[in-house]
Amino acid sequence: MKTKIRTSVEIAGVTLKNPVMSASGTFGSGTEYAQYTDLNRLGAVVTKGVASVPWSGNPTPRLAETSSGMLNAVGLQNPGVEVFCQRDLPFLKQYDTRVVVNVCGRTQEDYCQVVERLSAEPVDMLEINVSCPNVKEGGIAFGQNASALEAITRAVKKYAAQPVIMKLSPNVTNIGEMARAAQSGGADAISLINTLTGMKIDVHRRKFLLANKTGGLSGPAIKPVAVRMVYEAHHASGLPIIGMGGIQTAEDALEFILAGASAVAVGTANFQNPCAMADIIDGIEAYLEQYKIDDIRSLTGAVDG
Amino acid sequence: MEHTQGQYKQKENCQVIRQEAVGNHIYSLWLHTETIAGCAQSGQFVMAYCQDKSRLLPRPISVCQTDGNALRLVYRTAGEGTREFSALKTGDFLELMGPLGNGYPLDEAEGKKVLLLGGGIGIPPLLETAAHLTGSVTAVLGYKDEIFLKEEFEKFCPVVCAVEHAPDDTADAVTGNVLDAVEKRDLAADMIFACGPTPMLRAVQAYAAAKGIPCWLSLEERMACGIGACLGCVCDSVHEDEHLHVCRKRVCKDGPVFLSTEVAL
Repeated sequence: MKTKIRTSVEIAGVTLKNPVMSASGTFGSGTEYAQYTDLNRLGAVVTKGVASVPWSGNPTPRLAETSSGMLNAVGLQNPGVEVFCQRDLPFLKQYDTRVVVNVCGRTQEDYCQVVERLSAEPVDMLEINVSCPNVKEGGIAFGQNASALEAITRAVKKYAAQPVIMKLSPNVTNIGEMARAAQSGGADAISLINTLTGMKIDVHRRKFLLANKTGGLSGPAIKPVAVRMVYEAHHASGLPIIGMGGIQTAEDALEFILAGASAVAVGTANFQNPCAMADIIDGIEAYLEQYKIDDIRSLTGAVDG
Repeated sequence: MEHTQGQYKQKENCQVIRQEAVGNHIYSLWLHTETIAGCAQSGQFVMAYCQDKSRLLPRPISVCQTDGNALRLVYRTAGEGTREFSALKTGDFLELMGPLGNGYPLDEAEGKKVLLLGGGIGIPPLLETAAHLTGSVTAVLGYKDEIFLKEEFEKFCPVVCAVEHAPDDTADAVTGNVLDAVEKRDLAADMIFACGPTPMLRAVQAYAAAKGIPCWLSLEERMACGIGACLGCVCDSVHEDEHLHVCRKRVCKDGPVFLSTEVAL
């Protein structure tokens, strides 16, 4: 008989049936992907960024492929928190998975307004996006300065009824300092990394590939950077970490967990394989069985040395 | 795959029947499919996945033709991904997801005099359209220089070619673009279906507006998910979209075919 393997994890008191969730912005609110994969299998669905009012996002082209990666400059297009609450949230509540709402804004008031609006809604956690490289004002300005990050974390926490995850930018000199700033502000968890700011130029046309000129680099190209940053953030703060950045396989996910993540998020891989998250969950279970590990939580930060 | 195959849409691994070059950098690829060819509508597209997984994003390619279980894609090699596809030989496999998007509204064209306006690599998706339209149809095909697929259109409807870089008008081809050809040959229409580069679509959109002709345009945009989740491939819309709640539409999900009066190009 097989031993009972525990794949569930806890983040800020919220239990996830497994440590695998969608990365914000790649999965919408799950509506479209629900036709391709079973949302009930996921640890959580992390929604695309939700703002206080609808946002139109950036002009196109918004996408460019790079070696083992892609640049996007969608610019947080979203229908606003009211539509999200009335349409997307009831859809997600049909499934046996946790709902994490990614919150975006241009000002501190924007973030607090959305967080307050969600306080009485059936949302399990909030992920505060202070690290999107594709919006001109707000957003990343809060995520690249430790004292600004601490201040906005503290402000958001005043209005939040659910645990708050601060999503950190990799476009900083010292990720450990940012992790500690989030912790000082009262964050319940951190997620990292958001995309790395990048650029691509068409040499034949001598033009930028993205209308926004710069975009966020994601995909396996950024994975080693992300693993290193998760490791540093884990050692710099005691906060639970949701690790992400180029995860395509169970082995990729386990790297993040061994580096210090309690859970992981999968983004760009969904574009290559709509069932990527289910495949990763299967692979993690197989790994636990192979190495006779009965509780996945024992792997967090368990890299030797 | 073990989990509930029937309930979920899936990618399909399709075997190459044959592939040939039909023009300079233009390839015609016939694939055997279990499901895609059987349900694909003209104007819809598929996502084609590279074998080389360092190329992360699938390539959207329009359906050119279907024949039972066989699906034909005609595409231009524009980069490393499509160059990889162009090397596929009989018996090789290509992973596809689809059919995706809405396709041309063939019912609306019932009994109408229809003009099909295709430009460059926007020509192939109109072939399946020509095959399925029943009324009076004329195809106007615009090329930079080299003509392709013309004889295949002629199986279904009269064809006028417009060749931008041709020195003089001939019996077969007009010098200029598709709208030059429409004017020179005095082609009237109750409905237009068009596919081609954005400058051409913009001109067709203005022409249709001036003449008051209902017109459907198939748009192209860089895509990632192909199913409407990532919002990478939007276009501008005249009115607020009822799903997105902003003046944008998703080319992959709400299109790629739009009424010319609903999009801002």
